[in-house]
Amino acid sequence: MKKPMRDGMNDNMKDGLSADEFATMREQLRDAMPPLDELGIGAELRRDLWPDMRRRLEQPPVRVPWIDWALLATASAAAIFFPALIPALLYHF
Amino acid sequence: MELQERFAAGDLDAFESLFRQHQGEVYRWVMRIVRDPAVAEDLTVEAFWRAHKAHGGFHPEANFAAWLRRIATNLALDHLRKRRPYVELPDDLAAEQKPDSAVQQQTRVALRKAFAELPPRLRVVAQLGLIEDESYAEIAEGLGISAGVARTRMFRAVRLLRKNLRRLGVHA
Repeated sequence: MKKPMRDGMNDNMKDGLSADEFATMREQLRDAMPPLDELGIGAELRRDLWPDMRRRLEQPPVRVPWIDWALLATASAAAIFFPALIPALLYHF
Repeated sequence: MELQERFAAGDLDAFESLFRQHQGEVYRWVMRIVRDPAVAEDLTVEAFWRAHKAHGGFHPEANFAAWLRRIATNLALDHLRKRRPYVELPDDLAAEQKPDSAVQQQTRVALRKAFAELPPRLRVVAQLGLIEDESYAEIAEGLGISAGVARTRMFRAVRLLRKNLRRLGVHA
């Protein structure tokens, strides 16, 4: 059986932290941010997510329009053949 | 053919069966990290979507749940990295309002702030270990790291948390 964190606090204490300091920090944190199980809300899935998954599966893949590729190619060609244009291109990007 | 073999071969029905088997478990795990039901739902679906896209690279004998948990953990970590450094918890997920002093309330707020300022890869270990009481073995499996690395991150997280708290004027 896997050992929960509260039982493993005495293992390999280092970096100047004692088991007590570690335990104090844990308690303070759990007081400020209680575990989800203690809150009794939010930890369990409240609805079936398959319909969302189905929609995600049916979404067409994102495609870059050909005009964007053409613009990119033009900008690259301009940068290669006319390097003086690079500052102007950078300004517009 | 076994379910995981069919999934690896791209069978959508097998994927649906695996989805229905594991969605609750993945959601619970992600929820422990992000503590936001809407985000946890989105990340659960996204994790399965990534798993579905990568079905060809999945080995049918491998542990599907562990593989999925690692995908989900990475997505949750990405979410923590993108999120604003300090976000107050929603009312229903913050500590219940207790009738105690203003000093205690301030300490709680400072703790949440100091905790939110931890680097995400340390925060996730501290959150799962200190707050949710997960074992080092489970944290390590979820993050795809060794238990030793998880332990090291835990101590770094606690040390940094104490430093952040001192800066905020709280001595823990």
